[in-house]
Amino acid sequence: MTAGDQKASKADLGVPVAGQTTRELTHGQHLTRVPLWQIRLRLLKRSFATTWGLFRENKMGMLGLVLIGLFAVMAVIHPILMATVWDPRVYDPIVGYDAVVTEFTVVEQVTDEATEIDLQAARLRLNPTLDVGDVVHVPTQPAPPTLTGERPHYLGTDPQGRDILSQLLFSTRAAFFLGAVAAITTVLIATTVGAIAAYFGGFIDGALMRFADLILLMPLLPVLILLSAMFEITMVTLGIMIGVLSGFGGVAIVLKSQALSIKVKSYIDAARVAGGSDWHVIFRHIVPNVLPLSFLFMMFGVTDAIAIEATLSFFGLLNVPMTWGIMINTAQTNGYLLSGTSYWWLLFPAGLAVSFLCFAFFLVGRGMDEVINPRLRAR
Amino acid sequence: MIKFLLGRMAQMLVLFVVFLSLVWFMLQLMPGDISDTLIGNPDIPLSARIDLRERLGLDRPMHEQYFTYITNFFRGEMGVSFSRYPQDVSAVLWNALPRTLVLFLTATIFAFWLGFKTGKLIAWRRGAKTEQGLIVSGIFLQTVFYPWFAIVMLWLFGFYFGWFPIGRFIDARLWQGSPYNANELFSQMILSVIIVSVVYLVGRYVVARYSRNLLTQNRLNTVLGVVAVAALVLFWWFHPATEYVSDIAHHTMLPVITLGLVAFGATMLLTRSAMLETLGEDYILTARAKGLPDWQIRDRHAARNAMLPVTTALVLALAFVIGGGIVTETIFSWPGMGLIFLQAIAVSDIPLAVGALSITGVLALVGHLVADVLYAVLDPRIRIA
Repeated sequence: MTAGDQKASKADLGVPVAGQTTRELTHGQHLTRVPLWQIRLRLLKRSFATTWGLFRENKMGMLGLVLIGLFAVMAVIHPILMATVWDPRVYDPIVGYDAVVTEFTVVEQVTDEATEIDLQAARLRLNPTLDVGDVVHVPTQPAPPTLTGERPHYLGTDPQGRDILSQLLFSTRAAFFLGAVAAITTVLIATTVGAIAAYFGGFIDGALMRFADLILLMPLLPVLILLSAMFEITMVTLGIMIGVLSGFGGVAIVLKSQALSIKVKSYIDAARVAGGSDWHVIFRHIVPNVLPLSFLFMMFGVTDAIAIEATLSFFGLLNVPMTWGIMINTAQTNGYLLSGTSYWWLLFPAGLAVSFLCFAFFLVGRGMDEVINPRLRAR
Repeated sequence: MIKFLLGRMAQMLVLFVVFLSLVWFMLQLMPGDISDTLIGNPDIPLSARIDLRERLGLDRPMHEQYFTYITNFFRGEMGVSFSRYPQDVSAVLWNALPRTLVLFLTATIFAFWLGFKTGKLIAWRRGAKTEQGLIVSGIFLQTVFYPWFAIVMLWLFGFYFGWFPIGRFIDARLWQGSPYNANELFSQMILSVIIVSVVYLVGRYVVARYSRNLLTQNRLNTVLGVVAVAALVLFWWFHPATEYVSDIAHHTMLPVITLGLVAFGATMLLTRSAMLETLGEDYILTARAKGLPDWQIRDRHAARNAMLPVTTALVLALAFVIGGGIVTETIFSWPGMGLIFLQAIAVSDIPLAVGALSITGVLALVGHLVADVLYAVLDPRIRIA
């Protein structure tokens, strides 16, 4: 029960309140007839509008938001394309196959590299029963981007003949999913831990904060690598692991200091005097006030989670079908590590996708930081 | 100060034991036990398996195993590596440790030195045209997908421009028939750098002690720095092993620059915001009112205070440098602890992997301790209290 509900029930009963004119009373009655959730919604809208106004002034933050929007479109468009335009046999990100087939004539002496192949080489590489004059079809992979034709590959194919663009779009969904799981877990744990540590203080505070110190000490990436060697790690478990580790660690410490500054506010005392239980005060009064700051850490959490996932899958340690990290891993294990610009479609789309998505979330985080900490704003 | 240090060290030791326990706990969580990894072959009779479990002490009660594990670690016994069979884990790691340390240290110091200078300057000249560009590149460096960035750096500077060798620690062709041992020479190089740095720091201390004039101090410090670097270069120039030393140094550069650049971005951004905050303080206004020269306000009044949050961030950067170290070592084939760790993981060499992880934990702890000490040196409130 909140104060508003009590007032409403009193007004409904028609109990006159001392010191108020009829007009004020009826006006008040009108107000109290409005359900509480509507008032809350209106307040939320208003605070959102203010925040949005402040955020919009930050050009970098807006750039981040636009980038995230683009990535979201990429994530949404993939299943649509797969269902309508793209043939799954060719464009499936994991089992699809396509190749640019070149016709070669087998000859003794090669005069034209583009259409002829040496007999020895052809017998060794393709088929030992070949003879001079035979025509062979040799698939080339990774194939460079083709913009026209029956089955265009706008970003070429990978060393196994799979469409890069399809892989890129498919992986976007996984990245968003992982980021969301990790960030939500982080924020859930960190706000709860921070609020509890700040509210109770004493032994609980000490224990939780020492634990946070310990987690901060843990080299996150090596520990995750060891864990991935011991257990099968999927996207969900990885997200939860990252969330738990950062939620109990650094984020909890920052949120605790924020919660401490809220704990000493008079409305907390008021809530306790009114008979609110410990949990009521923590979850109804402290946590909602810590939330803006935790949203900020959510953004940075997404950045970290995506980078860690990409690194782990770059090492080939995760049990996931296809991600940006695996795309780079494929290029590396097939020997295109130093191909640079000559096979740019193998390394650059995936690497830039990870970088830009992290960049975008980081920019949004910075923008939110400026909204929350007025001191950072440009004067 | 000594009390503070001892207190921190005791705390660190406790934390480290807890960390070791966590690693042990993770090992216990693993399905099966280590004897299953060792004898995956079903043809091996049960008696042999029981015998092995007995020899490894896996049949003893849990708490006994736990205590053996912890005490063995502190005695330097981390078992025998599976994949490099007759070698002890500690021997393998001991060989790799200097290389990793050098990578970490030089990258961190390079990043912090440069990041602090740049951050200080762009905060001081707020609104300059270079500011926005530096901020964007700083953010990009901080969020770039590190393995990809390392690959691109390796390709660009190692392959395309050919300025640096592509990976590895030494050039095998050069070292064939060389009278020197690479590891020993490397240790000597580290030693020489340490000696010169100590002499340099002592020199700075003496200068600060015996000269009251700040401008003279600054000039003398610059001279000291130049002399230190020159002494180091000259010593190795006339050393009989110049060729080999320069080969090692040449191989070290690209990994250090790559790892350092990423840490640089974060430090620069942090220094900038910390500087902006201190520049709004009242004592800066006082200093200006006193008519102090600009560089003195910037370097002595603002930057020294802005250093505090940056030192705190050193701890966080350490986590990155350790994680990034593994990636760097893998991509540049740099035979340090990170590469050994990853190779051990790939072939399920659990003793080696756990050993490397524990040593990494020690590194992280020592880093924290150093950051704490730095913080105490910078902030008298902690030093005296």
